[in-house]
Amino acid sequence: MYFKNMEQIDSDMLEQVLQLVKNYDYNIYNKNDVLKTLNKDYMDIEDLKVLLSPAATEYLNTIAHKAQYETRKHFGTSISLFTPLYISNYCENQCTYCGYNCKNNIHRAKLTIEEIEKEYKAISATGLEDILILTGESRTASSVEYIGEAVKLAKKYFSSISIEIYPLNTDEYKYLSDCGADFVCVYQETYNKENYKKLHLAGPKSVFEYRFYAQERAALAGMRGVSFGILFGLDDFRKDAFCAAVHAYLLQQKYPDIKAGFSAPRLRPYIHEHKEENPHYVNEKQLFQALCAYRLFMPFSDITISTRERAGFRDNIIGVCATKISAGVKTSVGGHEDNAKGDEQFEISDTRSVSEITDMIKQRGLYPVFTNHIRL
Amino acid sequence: MDKLIIQGHEFNSRFILGSGKYSLELIKAAIESAGAEIVTLALRRANTKTEYNILDFIPKNVTLLPNTSGARTAEEAVRIARLSRELGCGDFVKIEVIKDTKFLLPDNYETIKATEILAKEGFVVMPYMYPDLNVARDLANAGAATIMPLAAPIGSNLGLLTKHFIKIIIDEIKLPVIVDAGIGSPAQACEIMQEGAAAVMINTAIATAKNINEMALAFKLAIEAGRKAYLAGLGRVLNFKAEASSPMIDFLEDK
Repeated sequence: MYFKNMEQIDSDMLEQVLQLVKNYDYNIYNKNDVLKTLNKDYMDIEDLKVLLSPAATEYLNTIAHKAQYETRKHFGTSISLFTPLYISNYCENQCTYCGYNCKNNIHRAKLTIEEIEKEYKAISATGLEDILILTGESRTASSVEYIGEAVKLAKKYFSSISIEIYPLNTDEYKYLSDCGADFVCVYQETYNKENYKKLHLAGPKSVFEYRFYAQERAALAGMRGVSFGILFGLDDFRKDAFCAAVHAYLLQQKYPDIKAGFSAPRLRPYIHEHKEENPHYVNEKQLFQALCAYRLFMPFSDITISTRERAGFRDNIIGVCATKISAGVKTSVGGHEDNAKGDEQFEISDTRSVSEITDMIKQRGLYPVFTNHIRL
Repeated sequence: MDKLIIQGHEFNSRFILGSGKYSLELIKAAIESAGAEIVTLALRRANTKTEYNILDFIPKNVTLLPNTSGARTAEEAVRIARLSRELGCGDFVKIEVIKDTKFLLPDNYETIKATEILAKEGFVVMPYMYPDLNVARDLANAGAATIMPLAAPIGSNLGLLTKHFIKIIIDEIKLPVIVDAGIGSPAQACEIMQEGAAAVMINTAIATAKNINEMALAFKLAIEAGRKAYLAGLGRVLNFKAEASSPMIDFLEDK
């Protein structure tokens, strides 16, 4: 059920995605299916199913080579750099796996516009020109107007502005686009509707459908690009990765001028976590398989690799499947310019600075790109 | 001397080099190996405050050909071109108007509109287009300096998929026709030069080669060979096995 004031758009994309995943049984594929897929130049939805299957895991090395070839073709050796900035961690949602859960007793904070500018200056001084502005999901603490002011100010310092905030209605996305936002990032977390309900106990985020259509509303509002993400470790990753890829594919088909991208975080430890065995744990090999499947299925899309992963993993997948990497990351509220004002959302694994990441990219024969966008 | 002349600007090289897909440190050497005098760059990459700016890696004696990649409409292409001029990138502009993020195929209609506006503002307009003769004529009438038809989708290295349509444009349009996008090997570059292309533009084929400099040189030689063959005039090709000897004209009377 949609909450009051949540816009419902006329689209059947959700039904399409859910129908496709309903018929996806990844255990039916064998070696021959994998080889047949790997011989193709263009991948369709059937190939995506094969690429995400357990049968394909055995061919991961071949898949990686093919993924690298596609990445080279579409991006050359360029790797884009960006950094996230959390401007508020107040949240109205109750997500069982997240440090920002509103029931979780953490240090909450919100930056003032002056503090935001200080952070921008500190980030800009590192050379970065692409910023991702994040908030916890609270319309009360971090209103659209507040985010709009942060975006307008960011235009002074950055050539590309992405936002990762609570899902909005089309007119609100339009407002933020007019303020200067270029890209919108939304995590569906999992596409398993039943499990989604159990993981998102309360708050606006509990409305699965409204969240699903966020990217489409952003596209309708004129944003330049949108990205899709699942949180690996919440559910069956093969099915979730399949859904995210198909979701992006259908959106790009319907709005061909929209840049579609992927983010692929794994569940990480957070403050006050109840540690227990996760039946949906995703290992590095599986994560890599999913990222390569994204690359081969949508070879032209940006794939971002999170600082949740260790340096050794990130360094080896850029240029192979990932094309975008964060550097100088803090997941606390503020913390680039001065001490953090609020607690972090999750622990990061890769704490390297912008210059360290830049050097690493160059050492790998790749080419660090600080800007690849003109705001028009 | 056989020179490439683009709206009065003369060039000895017919090899236009792309710069967007390999490390900035490699650009200078690649330009030298290629003997290129024109280098394209995406303005969106040059519009940076950092020291790591592509503009600083391109030698000053080379003519910059900034492109408008990122533009989805004529209006956006026009704005990028004006910004390019403000940033000191000169008057050359390669128009790219792309509404499809998957295949990056150009929008011919918007490209014509942008060409008309920018030509009037004194730009040397080089439009990237899908090879359609009617569009090529419209571009010429709108003031384009060259026509830049694609051989295959950008980055595909698929080769001369549109060869016959490019040939039609070469034959019918008086402007230099520069083949842009899709050429994957020196042999293909040579082939289209033999057919009368004025120049070719290469990016991915070099960027994805094992040795960038050697491949740049290979393309240079192939382009020169193709040009010389075109100027020399290709020998005739016999399409039938032999000249028939059985008489077919002996019924003709001498009156």
